[in-house]
Amino acid sequence: MLRILNGEVYDPINGVNGEVRDICVQDGKVVADVQGGRTIDARGMVVMPGGVDMHAHIAGPKVNLARKMRPEDHRGDVMPRTPLTRSGVGGSVPSTFTTGYRYALMGYTTAFDAAVAPLGARHAHEEFLDTPIVDKGFFVLMGNNEFILQRLGAGERERVRDFAAWLLEATKAYAIKLVNPGGVELWKFRGNVHTIDDEVAGFGTTPRQIMQTMADVAMELGLPHRVHIHCNNLGIAGNWETTLETMKALDGRRAHLTHIQFHSYGGEPGGLFTSKVAELAEYVNTHPNLSVDVGQVMFGDTTSMTGDGPLGYLLYQVTGRKWANVDIETEEGCGIVPIEYKDKNYIHTTQWAIGLEWFLLVQDPWRIALTTDHPNGASFVAYPRIIRLLMDREFRREMMQKVHQKALAKTLLPELDREYSLYEIAIITRAGPARLLGLKHKGHLGVGADADITIYAKDEDREKMFATPRYVIKDGRVIVEDGHIREETYGRTFYVAPAYDQAIEAEIRDHFDKYYTLCFENYPVQLEHYLPQHEVVACG
Amino acid sequence: MQIDHVVCAFCGCVCDDLSVTVEDGRITQIKNACVLGKAWLQGHANHTDRPVARIDGQPATLEQAVDTAARLLAQARYPMIYGLSSTTCEAQRQAVALAEVLGGCIDCCTSVCHGPSGMALQGLGEPTCTLGEVKNRADLVVYWGSNPADSHPRHMARYAVTPKGMFTPRGRKDRTVVLVDVRPTPSARAADVFLQIRPGKDFEVLWALRALVKGQPVEEASLADTGLTLAQLTDLAERMKRARFGVLFIGQGLTQSRGKHMNTSAAFLLVRDLNAITKFALIPMRGHGNVTGIDAVMAWQTGFPFGVNLSLGYPRFNPGEFTMVDVLSRGEADAALIVASDPVANLPRAVGKRLAEIPTVALDTHESETTRVARVAFTTATAGIHVEGTVYRMDNVPIRLRQVLPSPYPSDEEVLRRLLARVKELKAC
Repeated sequence: MLRILNGEVYDPINGVNGEVRDICVQDGKVVADVQGGRTIDARGMVVMPGGVDMHAHIAGPKVNLARKMRPEDHRGDVMPRTPLTRSGVGGSVPSTFTTGYRYALMGYTTAFDAAVAPLGARHAHEEFLDTPIVDKGFFVLMGNNEFILQRLGAGERERVRDFAAWLLEATKAYAIKLVNPGGVELWKFRGNVHTIDDEVAGFGTTPRQIMQTMADVAMELGLPHRVHIHCNNLGIAGNWETTLETMKALDGRRAHLTHIQFHSYGGEPGGLFTSKVAELAEYVNTHPNLSVDVGQVMFGDTTSMTGDGPLGYLLYQVTGRKWANVDIETEEGCGIVPIEYKDKNYIHTTQWAIGLEWFLLVQDPWRIALTTDHPNGASFVAYPRIIRLLMDREFRREMMQKVHQKALAKTLLPELDREYSLYEIAIITRAGPARLLGLKHKGHLGVGADADITIYAKDEDREKMFATPRYVIKDGRVIVEDGHIREETYGRTFYVAPAYDQAIEAEIRDHFDKYYTLCFENYPVQLEHYLPQHEVVACG
Repeated sequence: MQIDHVVCAFCGCVCDDLSVTVEDGRITQIKNACVLGKAWLQGHANHTDRPVARIDGQPATLEQAVDTAARLLAQARYPMIYGLSSTTCEAQRQAVALAEVLGGCIDCCTSVCHGPSGMALQGLGEPTCTLGEVKNRADLVVYWGSNPADSHPRHMARYAVTPKGMFTPRGRKDRTVVLVDVRPTPSARAADVFLQIRPGKDFEVLWALRALVKGQPVEEASLADTGLTLAQLTDLAERMKRARFGVLFIGQGLTQSRGKHMNTSAAFLLVRDLNAITKFALIPMRGHGNVTGIDAVMAWQTGFPFGVNLSLGYPRFNPGEFTMVDVLSRGEADAALIVASDPVANLPRAVGKRLAEIPTVALDTHESETTRVARVAFTTATAGIHVEGTVYRMDNVPIRLRQVLPSPYPSDEEVLRRLLARVKELKAC
C-alpha cells in the first residue's frame, strides 16, 4: 500500500495535465483510495506513469554479439555489485543487469526489444530472465521469412496469417516486425531491394506486398500492436521517396514506421543528405493510420545493430570499423558496426537535426514516440538530454552552435520555435507508446493501471530532472530513490497468442524438415522455463 | 518407451533429432546419433552407485558437501571458477553469480579452444551465419584445421556437405569441399581438395590468400615453407571468389597452433575481404556441447565471453591475466571451483599441480582426475540425459535439452544455487 500525496500529476491518457492529485496504490495497481501504508509527500514534484520504451535493442543474439564485439565499449563504464544488485558493464551495449537498472534509474519501467529473429527467441527470453525491474517483450522479425515469402508468391494469404499467428505464439513474441522486407532475403546472396516494387527474386513477391499483407495480418489477428516497419533503403540519401511510397502503399492500414529519422533523407545515393522531414511529416499529420518513433541521433560513440544485413555492410564500408553479419536460416539477418556520430560532420549534423525536426513538426504527439533506436542513434540513457532539447529552445539553440553550420542551415531546425510541455513529454515517453503498443494498463495512472510511477523533483534543467527521478515505483514497490536501487525485482514478459487454424502446422513441419536444421518439435519456446513471469495480452 | 527429438549435448553440433528407447530405466536403443553421441548416452546413462558427494575422499551428504565447499570458497582471497562448457546455461548463470559474490575469476574452456576466435571477433567483427544457411546456400565449404569426421561426426552429413537445401537441391553435388590441415585426416576423404599445410604456417598461407583474393602479386618463393604452391593457393582463391555462398569452418588446428589469435584474425580478415566480392561466412567449430552457451551467458551477464575477473566488484576482461591456465600455473588462485570439466587431465601439468595444492571443489557427472584431487567433489546429473536446460549450438542457436532418464543426483544448477546461497550467508551479503 502506498499513497503519493499532492504531486503535480501528468497523466495524458486520463486528461490530467499538471493538476495536484493523490495517487493511491494497492497490490501493484492504482486504486481510488487506500488506508495506511507508506506515504510519499510529492508536493512540488512531478508525477508521471513509468516510461515506456517501444523500440530498443536490449536482448537476444544480435545484442549479445555486439556485446562480445565491443570490449572497449565496456571498460570505461562499469557498475559494481552492491548487496542488492548485480554488477555489469555499460557503454552503448550494456550487460543485461545494467540495462534493467539503468532503465529503472531513469524512470522507465517497460521496454521492448524491437527485432528478434524467431530462431533467437529462446535466447532473448533467457536474457530477459537476467534483465531486472522492467517489464519487457519483443517484436519478432517476419519481413524476410521464407515461409511467408513463398506463400505470398503463391498468393496464399490465409496461410501467411495462420503462420504469423503460430510464429508469434511459438516464439512468445509481442508484435510483427518487418526489417527491410525482401532486402535481407536477397542479401543472403549479396543482393538487396531498392524500391518497394522490386521483385524478391526467387519468391515472386515484393516489399509492397509483404508490407501490405503483414499490416492486414496484424489487424485481422487483432494484435495489440500494429505492424512495426523498418522501411527499405535505411540510411541511404534519397530514401525519403521509398518512405513516402511505403506510407502511400499502406493506404489506410494501421502501421508504425520506426526510427523514421533514418528514412527521411533527400539527395542522391552516395551523396550528402538533405532533410525531407517537412514532406513526410505532412503526410503523417494528415494520415491518422500512421505512427512513428524517431530514432534520434545524438553525438558520440555508439553501436549500430540491425536486422538489416545489407545496411550493416554499408556502414562497414563507410566507417571501415569492425563488422559483424549473421544470416539466419530461412528467417532473417543481422549487421553490427560501431559508429561515432560527430557534431562537426555534415551528415551526422543533418541526421541530428532531422530527428529533432520530426519531433517538432508532427502535430499529434500521440503518434510520435521518443526513441533513439537504442543503441543505433544513441544509448537510451540519452533520453533526458533529448527531452531537454525538446522542452528548452534556448538549450537547443546553444547546441545548434556546436554543430556543422552549413548542414544545419539546410534544415528547418533553426526556424522551429516549438517547445514541448511536460504534458507532451508524458505523451511521447509513456502514454503514447503504451497506447501504440496496446498496453491498456500501462502509460497511465487511472484506477486499475499498473502502479508503475515515476516522481521527479522539478528542475529547470530538464535533463537533470529526467535523468535522476526522486522515486521510481514498479508494481507498487519503491524500486529507486534518489538514484539508488532500493529493491531488485524482475518484471513480466508480455506476449500474444492469437488464434489460428492448426492445419497450418503440417505445412510448417514440412518446411522445417526441408530447410531448417532444428526439429519443428524443438523450436517453440516453453512458457514455464523461459517466461516464468509472463502476461498474455489479449488479441481482438 | 521411445523418446523422439532428443538433443545430443556432447559436441557443438547439438543434433536434435535423436530417438532413444528406454526400457526398465535403461537405454536400449539409440537412433540417429553418431559414434560420439552414442558413447555419451551409453556412458553417462546408468551410473547410480557413487555417493552424491565426497569430502576429502569420504562419502558425504549433499548438505555437508555444500557447507564445506562454500566455506572453502568463501575463505579464499582469489578463487577461480572454471569449466562450464558441458553444462546448461541455467547452471552457467548461477556460476557467474557465484563468481561475483566470491570476487574471483571465472573462465571457461573457450580460453583453451576458441578464445583466439573470440579475440578476432573483438578486433574485427565476424561475418557468419547459422548452419541452416550452410545447408540451404553454401556451394563452397572449407574446413581449416578441423577434422569433423572425428570431432563432429555428423557435421558434414547434417549441416555442411551432403544435405539438400533450398538453393542446394542436389546436396553434395552442389558443393565443393576443401580441407586444409597438417595431415590427411579421415575428413580428407570427404574433400574435393585437400591442402596439406606445414604446421605453424597457417598465418602465412591465409595472408597470401588475402593478397590473391585482392588480386595482388604473391611470389612463389614466399610460400616455400608453407608446404603449398602458388598454383594451389591461386586455385583456392579463385574458388573462393567464384563461390556464390562460401563458408570457412575453423578448428583448433588454427586457433591453438602457433600464431593463435593472429591466425584467427587472418582468417576473419580473409572472409571479410571475400565479402567485397561474394557472400562468405566463417563459423568456429566449437567443441563441447555448450561451450558456445557459456560464452553467451558470460557476455550478457558481464560483457565479456571468457577470462573475467570480478575482484573489484565489477567485470574486467584480460586473457592471459584472468584465464585459467595463466592464473593457476602462476600459482595465484588459492581455491578453485571446477564445473563439468577435467583440467587436471587436460590442461598443462602446472595447473593440475596447483589444483592439488589448493582447496578444489569439483562438480562432474563422473569420476575424473580433477574430482580425485578435489577436496569436495559432487556427483551431478548429466545435462541432456538426466536434466533439461538450454544449450547453444556452435552457431549460437539456442536449443532446449530433453530429459531421457531420471537421476538420483542433483543438477549442476541445483548444486551451484545451493553453493551461492550458502556463500552469501557466510559472507553475510
